[in-house]
Amino acid sequence: MKMNGARILLECLKREGVDTMFGYPGGTVINIYDELFSFREIRHILPRHEQAGVHAADGYARATGKVGVALATSGPGATNTVTGIATAYMDSIPMVIITGQVPTALIGNDAFQEVDIVGITRPCTKHNFLVKNVKDLAPILKKAFYIARTGRPGPVLVDIPKDVQIAQTEFDYPETVEMRSYKPTVEGHPRQVEKAMTMILAARKPVVYVGGGVVLGGASEELTSLARMLSLPVTTTLMGLGAFPESDPLSLGMLGMHGAYCANMAMTESDVIVAVGARFDDRVTGKIATFAPHAKIIHVDVDPTSIRKNVRVDLPIVGDVKDVLGKMIREAEKQTAKGGVERDLSGWLGEIATWKETHPLSYKESKTAIKPQYVIQKLRELSDADAIIATDVGQHQMWTAQFFQFNKPRTLLSSGGLGTMGYGLPAAMGAQAAFPDRQVITVCGDGGVQMNIQEMATLVQNRLPVKIVILNNNFLGMVRQWQELFFDRRYSSTCLELPIDFVKLAEAYGAKGFSTAKPDEVEEIIKQGFAEEGPVIMEFKIAREEKVLPMVPAGASLNEMVLNA
Amino acid sequence: MKHTISVLVENEFGVLSRVVSLFSGRGFNIDSLTVAPTNEEGMSRMTIVTGGDENILEQITKQLNKLIDVIKVIDFTDGSAIDRELALIKVTAEDESRAEVLRIVDIFRAKVIDVTPKSYTIEATGSPLKIDAILELLRPLGLKELVRTGAVAIGRGAKGWKG
Repeated sequence: MKMNGARILLECLKREGVDTMFGYPGGTVINIYDELFSFREIRHILPRHEQAGVHAADGYARATGKVGVALATSGPGATNTVTGIATAYMDSIPMVIITGQVPTALIGNDAFQEVDIVGITRPCTKHNFLVKNVKDLAPILKKAFYIARTGRPGPVLVDIPKDVQIAQTEFDYPETVEMRSYKPTVEGHPRQVEKAMTMILAARKPVVYVGGGVVLGGASEELTSLARMLSLPVTTTLMGLGAFPESDPLSLGMLGMHGAYCANMAMTESDVIVAVGARFDDRVTGKIATFAPHAKIIHVDVDPTSIRKNVRVDLPIVGDVKDVLGKMIREAEKQTAKGGVERDLSGWLGEIATWKETHPLSYKESKTAIKPQYVIQKLRELSDADAIIATDVGQHQMWTAQFFQFNKPRTLLSSGGLGTMGYGLPAAMGAQAAFPDRQVITVCGDGGVQMNIQEMATLVQNRLPVKIVILNNNFLGMVRQWQELFFDRRYSSTCLELPIDFVKLAEAYGAKGFSTAKPDEVEEIIKQGFAEEGPVIMEFKIAREEKVLPMVPAGASLNEMVLNA
Repeated sequence: MKHTISVLVENEFGVLSRVVSLFSGRGFNIDSLTVAPTNEEGMSRMTIVTGGDENILEQITKQLNKLIDVIKVIDFTDGSAIDRELALIKVTAEDESRAEVLRIVDIFRAKVIDVTPKSYTIEATGSPLKIDAILELLRPLGLKELVRTGAVAIGRGAKGWKG
């Protein structure tokens, strides 16, 4: 059947299983919107800013595991998507971003609302396309979805000029994709797995270091089985939280700059580290020269470039983490069945238990000021077991990571790699669109929440009952913390000064708002907020100069934690 | 250490800039780069001469392989490839130096492709080291202009890149 390009785009999205998209109209996508007007199979949500639309698609993707889709017009619409795209790229989130472009005949002429978005997003997409002929549109979209979701996932941008949206062609959606230049390795090499298991079984101080790859690869079950089967202690990165239940005694919690003492000590003292779907980011390793000095490192990752990028690796296994962990379980069964494997981890697990006991994550409680950690603990206590938490970026993000206790994958949505302020609220919006019946909470600071606060309107309009928790210290708290510790308390431009009335703000958007500065009101407000049917702002005016601790100062070794300052 | 890398790519829109921005974005150096279509439909071949230690080379190779349009990356270790470069050299040639330039051209099996009373323009081909050598001899006589193509390389032996 003959169709125009705009219709072909929608038909392709439908065939890829897209049920929700986030988009903002404009001159070069008006033809797509015209088709969308009568196209009932895809729910279109209109954010109030393109950046938020992309974050929402990202939140949708992280919560569901499906490819998130966002749409924006050319020029400023396209440039507004860049922060969202870079955020998804750093955290390997599968997304397809569609942008309109000026007609092909005008490309390069500095036309109205023209920008070279393919050039701009080249370094922050997994791949991108400019569609020059309507005949290429369907095959390119097929490739875009395939590239976005396979191998190490990531965002793919497709730039569609206006005349391509108008031009007609026969619609034929390809069933399969074959690309000679793109064939990700997904199956781990059995011989490498065998060697790895021999190393793990011989280890006296093993630790499993888990990253976001385990969540993305849907391998939590395999990871949990393997760790429990072999009594392997597990620490996760921020992105890995939820991949292994933190309620399990084998869990060490998060490692790194604001990680748990026991996790950082276990890494430093370990003799075998099994890194799974993690990339040895500088926030995790601390000073590379002194990182895990005694450990042999096994590194499992679907992306070969992650291996040996930052640290030496003794045994690399390239492959999909689910496949490799599955093979590891069978290999462990095989090797232990053969006998002759003598393992006694009681000394090591005892050492870890002592670290946990002597240096737990803690804070000084207060009767007069609200402690942010207390709010997070109350949120855990009062929220549903399958609640989805989206954070913004900063102190509140680290407190959430430290104190919420994540037990299920895809329940924490957070900008780990790029650290994008303004991410939390729109990401929660995307997750709520995917799961209308689940509790979706965003924990924000008073700084970041104001970077995409306009999305309150989208929440109210679309009946997305996101619960917005604002930990308000009237500071850009994380930078203030650094200024306190490393810059002699010279609080340069980190005090937000003007207090915002968040209750009135919520009401202005037609939502409900609560606010308190009293610790004994925290619980009641959370209960009331959760009981509300629509979106809610819950503002907690917290102890202003509370710090995130422990902290490994930038450039210091992982075991040189500041515990009290 | 210098490395010569061949990169086989889909001849797609923007592929050159993907490769080049990978090098600049990650702080790798490019000493020379050539690119042209191959005998296979839709496929181009780049030859990149770059430098760095073993770790950097490993990252460069992996990152290139990660690009969606890259079909194959071949890192030619020493001796496994033949490399050639072409140079066009405009050199001052007056009075007694005219004969000297011609002698050098002869020794290096180069060619004079343009002549004026005051200059010769020379075409020289060979390994980059050979080009360096002829330049060294011509430089004292007065180099006016130099264009080098950068190296191209092909593996030794009967096998093609597909094996």
